[in-house]
Amino acid sequence: MISILKTIWYVFLHTFQKRITVQYPEEKPYLAPRYRGRIILSRDPDGGERCVACYLCAVACPVSCIALQATEDEHGRRYPEFFRINFSRCIYCGYCEEACPTYAIQLTPDFEMGEFHRQNLVYEKDDLLINGPGKYPGYNFWRVAGVQIGGKDKGQAEHEAAPVDVHSLLP
Amino acid sequence: MTSPYPMFSILGMLFGALTIAAGLIWLERRLLALWQDRYGPNRVGPFGLLQVVADGVKIFMKEDWIPPFADKPVFILAPAIIMLTALLSFAVLPVAPGIIISDLNIGLLFVLALSSLGVYSVVLAGWSSNNKYALLGGMRAAAQMISYEVFMGLSLMGVVLQAGSFSLPAIVDAQRELWFVIPQFLGFVLFLIAGLAETRRTPFDLPEAESELVAGYHSEYSGMKFGMFFVGEYLGVTLISAMITVLFFGGWLGPILPPIVWFLLKTLFFISCFILVRASLPRPRFDRLMSWGWKVMLPLALANLIVTGALVLAWR
Amino acid sequence: MSMEVTVATVHVDGKSYQMNAEENLLHGCLSAGLNLPYFCWHPALGSVGACRQCAVKQFKDEQDTHGKIVMACMTPAAEGTRIAIHDPETVAFRAAIIEGLMLNHPHDCPVCDEGGECHLQDMTVMTGHDYRRYEFDKRTFRNQNLGPLVNHEMNRCIQCYRCVRYYREYAGGRDLNAFALRNTVFFGREADGVLENEFSGNLVEICPTGVFTDKTLKRHYTRKWDQQFAPSICVHCGLGCNTDVGEHSGTVRRILNRYNHDVNGYFLCDRGRFGYEFVNSDHRIREPLFKGKVVSADTASRQLRDTLTFGKAIGIGSPRASLESNFALRTLVGPERFYSGVADSEAKLVALAIDMLRHGPMRTPTLHEVEACDAVFVLGEDVTNVAPRMALALRQSVRQQPIEIAKALKIPLWMDHGVRDAIQDKKGPLYLATPYATRLDEIATATFHAAPDEIARLGFAVAHALDPQAPSRGDFPLAGEIARALTHARKPLVIAGPSCNSEAIMQAAANVAMAAGAQLMFTAPECNAVGAILMGSNPLSAAFQAVADGEADTLIILENDLYRRAPRADVDALLHATAHVIVLDHLVNPTSEQAELVLPSGTFAESDGTYISCEGRAQRFFQVFVPPIPIQASWRWLGQGAWERLDEVLTAMATALPHLAPARDAAPPATFRMTGAKVPRSPHRSSGRTAVLANINVSEPKPPDDPDSPLAFSMEGASTHPPGALIPFVWSPGWNSIQATNTYQQEIGGPLHGGDPGVRMFESAPSNDQSYFSSIPSAFEQREGEWLLVPMYYIFGSDELSLSAPGIAELATTPHVAVNADDFTEGEEVDVHCGGSTFRVPVCIRPDLPRGVAGLPAGVPPIAGLGLPAWGMIVRIP
Repeated sequence: MISILKTIWYVFLHTFQKRITVQYPEEKPYLAPRYRGRIILSRDPDGGERCVACYLCAVACPVSCIALQATEDEHGRRYPEFFRINFSRCIYCGYCEEACPTYAIQLTPDFEMGEFHRQNLVYEKDDLLINGPGKYPGYNFWRVAGVQIGGKDKGQAEHEAAPVDVHSLLP
Repeated sequence: MTSPYPMFSILGMLFGALTIAAGLIWLERRLLALWQDRYGPNRVGPFGLLQVVADGVKIFMKEDWIPPFADKPVFILAPAIIMLTALLSFAVLPVAPGIIISDLNIGLLFVLALSSLGVYSVVLAGWSSNNKYALLGGMRAAAQMISYEVFMGLSLMGVVLQAGSFSLPAIVDAQRELWFVIPQFLGFVLFLIAGLAETRRTPFDLPEAESELVAGYHSEYSGMKFGMFFVGEYLGVTLISAMITVLFFGGWLGPILPPIVWFLLKTLFFISCFILVRASLPRPRFDRLMSWGWKVMLPLALANLIVTGALVLAWR
Repeated sequence: MSMEVTVATVHVDGKSYQMNAEENLLHGCLSAGLNLPYFCWHPALGSVGACRQCAVKQFKDEQDTHGKIVMACMTPAAEGTRIAIHDPETVAFRAAIIEGLMLNHPHDCPVCDEGGECHLQDMTVMTGHDYRRYEFDKRTFRNQNLGPLVNHEMNRCIQCYRCVRYYREYAGGRDLNAFALRNTVFFGREADGVLENEFSGNLVEICPTGVFTDKTLKRHYTRKWDQQFAPSICVHCGLGCNTDVGEHSGTVRRILNRYNHDVNGYFLCDRGRFGYEFVNSDHRIREPLFKGKVVSADTASRQLRDTLTFGKAIGIGSPRASLESNFALRTLVGPERFYSGVADSEAKLVALAIDMLRHGPMRTPTLHEVEACDAVFVLGEDVTNVAPRMALALRQSVRQQPIEIAKALKIPLWMDHGVRDAIQDKKGPLYLATPYATRLDEIATATFHAAPDEIARLGFAVAHALDPQAPSRGDFPLAGEIARALTHARKPLVIAGPSCNSEAIMQAAANVAMAAGAQLMFTAPECNAVGAILMGSNPLSAAFQAVADGEADTLIILENDLYRRAPRADVDALLHATAHVIVLDHLVNPTSEQAELVLPSGTFAESDGTYISCEGRAQRFFQVFVPPIPIQASWRWLGQGAWERLDEVLTAMATALPHLAPARDAAPPATFRMTGAKVPRSPHRSSGRTAVLANINVSEPKPPDDPDSPLAFSMEGASTHPPGALIPFVWSPGWNSIQATNTYQQEIGGPLHGGDPGVRMFESAPSNDQSYFSSIPSAFEQREGEWLLVPMYYIFGSDELSLSAPGIAELATTPHVAVNADDFTEGEEVDVHCGGSTFRVPVCIRPDLPRGVAGLPAGVPPIAGLGLPAWGMIVRIP
């Protein structure tokens, strides 16, 4: 009984406390870099597209709102032919970013994506691709992967020995 | 002491009650926000006052859908009953000297009777929705109403004994010396609790308990029918607050300010208390609610009645 | 399997299991549904104990708590064996092994085509190796270009040796080998180049990781989980291999092997695996055409109806169209106006084969049983190029007799290298009598290259040597040897077929089989040739006659290019004389180009139906995806609303043609449900559903219904393993790769749960009144100035549809004439005159051809339709 009255009293005391509401949009809230807002595709430090079209973001997506098609350039570098996110379905859970092995897909602190037509929430690669590495500078998947691409021969990746001479039988 | 211009009183009371009920939508949200360190609706009009208008427009524009599986006539009737009973109670409410629609000599009983009738609305809504959650809500409402109705009436008998009348203006007049809250403090507490239960507000909102019953008896309601349940609930809050004012806090009595202002201020205070309780307390389990009503409140109300009766007898 | 299986009780982790005592513990554990990781072992390849991944702890008896680590794949499942899989020491051992295997494995999974269906990924997860401690430089290799079908990415290799074991020892390839030494062993060719073996595509499934991947898939890559699958039947030859077809966004992405114990087992040929790309071809007929103009489906349907109402229509069926489509056409035009879709001679030969198989006394074996035959005599068939998967089976059959050596030495048959060491290079009897040298010659005991008539005469001579009552003409020294080999064999087999277009060869084969008590197997020229002939129809020539006589003015041609069936001039005349030509087909071809009305018909991937293989096995193929609107199954076009669903066609067919009624049971009907649900076509991780079509409309369409089959165009549905005929893809928890097949089998390498797909239409009833065929051709005589032009078959080139697959087309043979003569030079251009047509082709010198015989590549335009063998002239260009 006393605890009920105490509760009511403590709640009443909140009358005199400062309100924590941020008056958006006049006042912009602080959003941490790891805030999960609009999704972007980043580029590696050399300016190349980071996405290698591995489909892991698509499969991690609980609402299946990411679709893409892999393709390769003439030197074997894989990239998405198209990359589409249906933001009208996206729940901003960030699983795609967690699944991404190349830091290509990232969520950004931008949530102002309101549209009057749902169709306008379908973003293609042109809308998603930015001109920088985003939150993760420095990482370049192709420098650690074993496949050969234009400008990186076999054995030139990090922690790689020169290609084996298969015709040699020297121990 | 009936008003010389009954139509004027009736329209004034109707307008006043409905305005207050509508304003409560805004007030409740603002107060809840205040106690939760938020702002609440503050965008539409000054202080968000026009939020009520916006909500009204919205709720009128909404599709008024009747489920194909519902019992249609009853489904439509149910929300009307709650509005009707709540509004009728205002007929005997003395707002100020001369401002009353009908000074019944059994005014208090009239109010109690109508509030009992109000439960039909909820039960019928739950029944006609043909939905298990709605039905459960309706059943709970009926059980709760029966349990709390009993000591609600009993808790007021002390007041009646002391005032010697069922007429509400007479009860107010009887408090010129001393507000009944002092001698009848226990009666006040009991009535406050019963009133909360009567209006099905937190912590006694088991009939609609959204965390277990979707939305209880009004799960299937939409549009203005839902709106009527809503308004009915706020009318109930207003009525109970006004009754507390009248029965325990001297009604319109007070110094300096005109009587009607006193009445409104007191009523508003209790309305705020209702909202504060909603902001603070959790909902009890249903069996706890029932045993609390029968095993604690009812004996207390009886004891209060007996003691008051004995004292009144002794006093004479 | 008819073999008696001895059962042993094996205790694993304190529980007892019944295991096949003739097998090893790994086989037994996997059969029992226990998860035990492995790499070098494969159910078809046996055990070599190379990778050490399947380590378990074996205990002497109940009191032994110490135990010793053994390799499950190298330990027999003997009665009373006690092992532990989850023993901490063995768990650590296995984790250490995989860590070692993974040392040099590159950080490639995101860009590796195997990712998501990788045995190495599965096993790494299974062993719990989740953190890489190795920080030093990784070994790298240069890749090789292995041609248009198989991709090579050698860095990923974990040196399990499965590829070379399969390629060299199982498939008989020579050009893939292991090079270098220690941790730098390299698997590849001596130099870049196309893999020579016709079964190289199986490396994609054999390789536990992404060293060998499907190059055709790479061009339009989609992960396994995103593909929509359906069980299908290969359309590129008459064997009826089972396939799983993967589709995404309206294009077929690849073909996977679908295990059928009785038919293809674990392997497909390259034509079957990579020929699918014709479905995505630019030459597809995708819209109905009326007089060369695109019309709507409704207009086309109305046009078809009007033409039928007002014209005198006849129909020409097809050996590559389903039973249902042929039946729909037969019903539409009436049985008496329905004509066969193959040349008369070929139809006669297939009918002869059916007759012999149906009425016995020879039984036709399943493809799986061919592997167990221990003496084989092939008459006239270039098996590798006509029925490729059968050649792979024959490569196993030659091991059957030598395996007795291993048995005598008490070497368990699963102990692969023990067996191979014991038998060395010994081969069982395989006799090949073909017009020209074939790929199987290298494993043959003896070969006989001669004109078709001579082959037939050899056959009759062999039969005579086996049973003096059998008629014979001429003397063949080889006949006695073959007869002896067949007599001494436990399971002799005779293989023949219509390839040489010779009735005598097939009759000779029947005589041999009868005399030797052997099984008899005929190849079939196309995927549903047996079904089409079994349906019964008038001969094709009668259709030509009917039009010439004016009895018909409307011709409905079902999935058939008549230019492959009859000489050009005849077809030209036919199509010219017919007022209305209606063609239903997948690809633009010379016949469809001349049609008044062309209807786009669904390929095997876009329609449902039934094919009957050369074995007489009726097998259902299911629609993989819903094609764009006008494309639909031929039977739907021809049904004209009479039938809405496949099951209705099948019921009507069973009523009209009772002998085809068993075909209805090739797969469960459309009403079949498992746990109340349909079988999903997509894996449960299928992604992108709310985005893949969002560029067209952000509101997702409802998934299409499938009224024809118990499969759903969805990832939702029954989550248990479906029966054999309905397995769209293989997957089990923890088994994402094709190795999940293990979990669908009653016993590893055995039949599927619920039986293998397909229904055998005829099990021959033994009859005693079978008499020997006696029309023996006279000896082949060379003609002055003329050559007997025989068809030469090519795995890449002789099949019509796969020629439209870019990968196959790149490897396909080009028109040429092969001769064995000193007066021509290689590459020289000559004119070949034959049956009224002349074409200019280069010469190819083939010393294996008999004198007086020249070879023309069969089925290669413009040679297709000639009706070979035929006499013709090869004229030097002056």
